[in-house]
Amino acid sequence: MSVLKINGQSYTMDADENMPLLWAIRDIAGLTGTKFGCGVAQCGACVVHLDGEAVRSCVTKLSRAEGKSITTIEGLSKNNDHPVQQAWQDIDVPQCGYCHSGQIMSAAVLLRENPNPTDEDIDNAMAGNICRCGTYPRIRKAIHNAAELQRKATKS
Amino acid sequence: MTQSRNNDNFSRRSFLKVAGLGGAALCIGLDFISEANAAVIKPHEASLAAIEFNPWIIIDPTGKVTIIDHRAEMGQGSYHSVPQIVAEELEVDLKDINVEFAIGNEKKYGGQVTGGSSTIRGSYKNLLKLSASAREMLTTAAAMAWSVPVSECYAQSGHIFHKPSGKKAGYGELAFAASKLEAPKEPKLKKISEYKLIRKPIRRIDTAAKTNGSLVFGLDKRIPGLQFASVERDPRFLGKVKSFDASEALKVPGVKKVFKVTMGYYEFNREGVVVVANSTWAALQGRKKLKVTWDSGDFKHWSTPEILKKQGELIQSQEGMPLKTQGTPTELLAKALKKIDVTYQTPYQSHCAMEPVNCIAHYKGDSVEIWGPIQAPGWIQDYVSKKFGIDKEKVLVNMTFLGGGFGRKAMTDYPHEAVAISKEIGTPVQVIWTREDDATLGPFRPGISYRCEGTIANGKIEALKFRMAGQNNDHWRGGKKTEPNRSTSEGFLKPYYESIKNLSISDVLFETSIPTSFWRSVYASTNGFAYESFMDEMAHQAGTDPLDFRRAHLQEERCQKLIDKMEEVSGWKKRKKNEGYGVAITECFETTVGQVVKVSKNPNGGVKIDKVWAVMDCGWYVNPDIIHAQVEGSIVMGIGAATTHQITFKDNVVEQHNFYDYPMPRINEIPAIEVHIMENEADAGGVGEPGLPPLAPALTNAIFDLTGKRIRTLPFKLSEV
Repeated sequence: MSVLKINGQSYTMDADENMPLLWAIRDIAGLTGTKFGCGVAQCGACVVHLDGEAVRSCVTKLSRAEGKSITTIEGLSKNNDHPVQQAWQDIDVPQCGYCHSGQIMSAAVLLRENPNPTDEDIDNAMAGNICRCGTYPRIRKAIHNAAELQRKATKS
Repeated sequence: MTQSRNNDNFSRRSFLKVAGLGGAALCIGLDFISEANAAVIKPHEASLAAIEFNPWIIIDPTGKVTIIDHRAEMGQGSYHSVPQIVAEELEVDLKDINVEFAIGNEKKYGGQVTGGSSTIRGSYKNLLKLSASAREMLTTAAAMAWSVPVSECYAQSGHIFHKPSGKKAGYGELAFAASKLEAPKEPKLKKISEYKLIRKPIRRIDTAAKTNGSLVFGLDKRIPGLQFASVERDPRFLGKVKSFDASEALKVPGVKKVFKVTMGYYEFNREGVVVVANSTWAALQGRKKLKVTWDSGDFKHWSTPEILKKQGELIQSQEGMPLKTQGTPTELLAKALKKIDVTYQTPYQSHCAMEPVNCIAHYKGDSVEIWGPIQAPGWIQDYVSKKFGIDKEKVLVNMTFLGGGFGRKAMTDYPHEAVAISKEIGTPVQVIWTREDDATLGPFRPGISYRCEGTIANGKIEALKFRMAGQNNDHWRGGKKTEPNRSTSEGFLKPYYESIKNLSISDVLFETSIPTSFWRSVYASTNGFAYESFMDEMAHQAGTDPLDFRRAHLQEERCQKLIDKMEEVSGWKKRKKNEGYGVAITECFETTVGQVVKVSKNPNGGVKIDKVWAVMDCGWYVNPDIIHAQVEGSIVMGIGAATTHQITFKDNVVEQHNFYDYPMPRINEIPAIEVHIMENEADAGGVGEPGLPPLAPALTNAIFDLTGKRIRTLPFKLSEV
């Protein structure tokens, strides 16, 4: 039996310890916002936060996540209003939307670590996330906008 | 309003019973396929008390307006654009409406294949008319109820208002009475200048659900009793299972059953061995333990060098089947003292939508229900009906949101396989493709070789000859091999036919046992590279500026305006030394797109793309921001197909596997992109695909401008130029 703490809630799972966290989140916890894209840590569609760090859940074994705090896209904010989510909505970043759970989870860590990222910082932080629809220009713009939203929120 | 019953969850089966008894739910059917002017009372299927004014508009007694999206939503925006059109003429606010996907039903909705960038251009005129018609019926119903002239009433935000008295009534109150009226044959449509929603950059209604993980894609769909399956398929299309050993796979906890399964692609088959389990992970683990031997012996195996060699020989040795011929190009080229005669080659490509192919099927004996990321519900109904001997009406196809499609998800192979598996196990099943399955099994965009010949006289093209050798997607569907591929001229602008008096475009038959099909912008994606690169070569031969050269050959007014716009926004004439500028203009699905690409030397070697300017003329349009997004995305996808990835074969087996060897462009590789839309009132053209074809030729033409090096084979590496 494994116990996973996802978005503040405990899930007891009778699952193979080698099962990737991705499938535990999707199939057992039933949280389907985290996506399967490649299975080999190439595309970033499955990014979640493990004790606040961005990890690729498709290659993270269940055993590694035990006892840690897991945050998925569903738990990033209560009302879909994290500055990154707001910025994404403000300029309609997604097209099909499939990769954007992972994009947003990666961008949220970037902004926490670096509240004022340059284009180069964004390139470095986001190059692990593929978007086949090609929304990259908007992702870049939205991250800058989210930084601005975050700064305003901090000031007020 | 005499209707009091309001039960949206009323099942279809029980509804029909009740409707049969009392005819409680009514709709006014404005038939989309025959002219939209016949009022027919018929039962509305989904919601008992609601009035269905036409297949797209349902109004319930509370005033809730449901607008149906009859096409797939894969990022291109149908889920937003269809309602944006309807809401304009119906006079409802987008924030107040409910949007639902249609189930597959082409009798009701007309064609539902989401392809050829056809959703808006194929339906907007009818949607406008149907919506205005419903609005006029509601207005008339209110005027009659108030005993006032219709001319004193107007519609706004889901209500009818009586101007002199200030009275108002909601659509929900009026719907039943309105449904008794005759539908106006020629409702009054707004002028473009009167639009409040159309042509405005209104935020998409499906964005919020894409930022918190709540949107349900095919892979996220769950139904009771669902089992999960993964299939080890012959890596060669047409391959068969010789034998398999399931003993180790069956030992994996959760694995329930292992058996042989066939996936049909039109009249052809690919065999595999499926592992059914109680979770995705168990199915994937079980599949790894399978031992399968394949029988792939009775058809020719191809490798990429052989494909390129054969295509190259064909375009040199054969004239091919003519698609378009005018004047005497062959004679003039034979006589010409100076001519250009060159070959372009383009690779096979995989779609690799971010959501790998997947499908849920539930076989129930005399009916089947299917859920998934689906571009072509009607085709699936036809195919499954034929293969399993079930009435087409009993093949229920539900479209979920798609995590990208690009043409791959218009195929019927993956739903067919899912139904076959469900039939064998007797429960609903979700078949999950891994990224490797998705990238390597096809069908693929065909790789094509082109021979382009041309000669110049008096600064203009005197004769032009294009020949292509590449697989014809139509052949898989039974297309005649004695006729040229009708897409051989795709991408080439029609006004060129006016200025180039001696011209031929032909197709040399080339076949392999590799499955091919539509890939975003289809043949324009490869034709565009060859034809617009060659146009650049001809311009240089003529000693003319490439943009001016196109201006001279594209006399049609809309093209002239597009070229003016391209010159203006890109600063074409003001370009500096050490900057390479390239241009290309292509036509795809009734839309013309011109792109200017600017490149410069990369200090670390090779060249880098600094900026892309795109100008799109798609005529009448709905949402400029969605157009911008589609063109931006098309450019990124075009950069990938030109510079980062290709599918190659060895003995009919794909040599790539996943994103590590089929690499996508990433955020750090993307130039600045600027998109402009031409304003006119011409008929609507496509939006989702036409932005892709000009990118590759505009890029290689820019590289020629900077370096003098002509690139005629895709893909190439920017770092190695």
